[in-house]
Amino acid sequence: MTLTKLLAGAAIVAITATSAMAGEVVRMGTEGAYAPYNFINDNGEVDGYERELGDELCKRANLECTWVTNDWDSIIPNLVSGNYDTIMAGMSITAERDEVIDFTSEYFPADPSSYVALSSADASATTGVVAAQTATIQAAFIAASDATVVEFATMEDTIAAVRNGEADSVLADHAALKDVVDASGGTLAFVGDDVAIGGGVGMGVRESDKELRDKFEAAIASMKADGSLNTMIAKWFDGRKAGY
Amino acid sequence: MFEYCTDPKLIEGFQWWSCYLTNGKHISFYFSFIVVLGLLALTVPFILLFGFTGALAQRASFAPLRWFGTIYTSMVRGVPDIIFFLFVPIAMDQGIEVIRHKIKCSDWSEPIRQGNDFVVCTAAKMPLSSSPQWVHETYGFILATIAFAIVFGAFAANTIHGALNAVPKGQLETGAAFGMSPKQIFRRIHLPQMWVYALPGLSNLWMILIKASPLLFLLGVEDIVYWARELGGSKTHRFAYPHGDWRLGYFLFLLVFYLFLTWVSEKVFDRLMHKLSRGQNTAAGMA
Repeated sequence: MTLTKLLAGAAIVAITATSAMAGEVVRMGTEGAYAPYNFINDNGEVDGYERELGDELCKRANLECTWVTNDWDSIIPNLVSGNYDTIMAGMSITAERDEVIDFTSEYFPADPSSYVALSSADASATTGVVAAQTATIQAAFIAASDATVVEFATMEDTIAAVRNGEADSVLADHAALKDVVDASGGTLAFVGDDVAIGGGVGMGVRESDKELRDKFEAAIASMKADGSLNTMIAKWFDGRKAGY
Repeated sequence: MFEYCTDPKLIEGFQWWSCYLTNGKHISFYFSFIVVLGLLALTVPFILLFGFTGALAQRASFAPLRWFGTIYTSMVRGVPDIIFFLFVPIAMDQGIEVIRHKIKCSDWSEPIRQGNDFVVCTAAKMPLSSSPQWVHETYGFILATIAFAIVFGAFAANTIHGALNAVPKGQLETGAAFGMSPKQIFRRIHLPQMWVYALPGLSNLWMILIKASPLLFLLGVEDIVYWARELGGSKTHRFAYPHGDWRLGYFLFLLVFYLFLTWVSEKVFDRLMHKLSRGQNTAAGMA
């Protein structure tokens, strides 16, 4: 009973207190399970390339930002229903997604997708059963090819599927898989050839939110112009040269 | 947490574990246990309230009220939980925002639905986007409580309705023979005897409710299963405490926790049943 009162009381205080000072706060949505783009660090906070970049963009656009995490599966529906205002979650700009939401120009160049399998496997692993995260460009790519696709909710699950033999290989962004391969101690390896699917990674905003999109667009352009975006990419992606 | 935790790469053994298990992420994990237990404790009174209202409505002599009770119990019980949990909180949330929008931003000319987008003015947001994260989480928690109460209340209503019908008619007639009014009969005889018949059904419901807590994550409340998956997932060199896929260990821990919760509940229900059966017109009460 005391907990009820406490929570109800706290909620009332919070609602009345905050309605007095309705400032502009941009809520940044991300997945928190796609290192090094975004992940939850050991303190339970959102961290990664997109966290650092997002905070810098907000600073340049003079916006106050907070971070929230959401399942990858429902990340677009929750943006359009207004639970948060942007998506920065390693999301490639595709025509399909562009019909539902708007994107800023890319803040990470098109990254080839790679296959990863057990180190004992050969290139045939890429044409058998291939794991991919649900609703990704990779899942769509495999579905359209001759290989069989099995979909999982998170990146972690796709790797687990390869380890326990449920899938022959996994297809995902090269940068995200590189971390996994490096940490596997030689049990996992890249196989076959990389494939180029999808465009660069951009920030998703609601179609009705043109003003916000323009602000971030300008901030991204200014980071490209002064080279700080290149530096940040090099820092998070093992010295990769983005060349913006 | 401890002084020696500043550089986890240098420590090992007990010290490593003591640092690992007390890092910020684990604290959130431990806190989520309180959230889940709090949700359970908080929903039960509401479930009983909804259950009683539903059951009494089903028994009402006023026909529209009876229809309402029947529609509520049969409709809610028939809809899959996951659909209900996706629909009700979102509908409630958007409903509240539309009302606030109409009150606070009456001069707003643009439509609320713009293509796929649901747009209300900044002041109508619920909670405001400027509120700290814990307000958002509390709000999600309250929505979850209401959704749980509606769903499980429908099941409880059916159980209580059945239990009210199961009380032997002779008991009620005896009350009438003693000159009690219908209200007195209900309060003194019908209701106290009903519990014995309702308890097995309600205890089933409680067990299902305990296990339903992962549905919370659908509403953005980070529950124990979410954190177990997040903590157990393999950690690369970008984390201070790198490790492989430890999800099995974390899930085993959850298994033990849920089994413990079930075990405690069984004990409590046994006692309650024993207490309520005393002197009742049932096999357990006669013994």
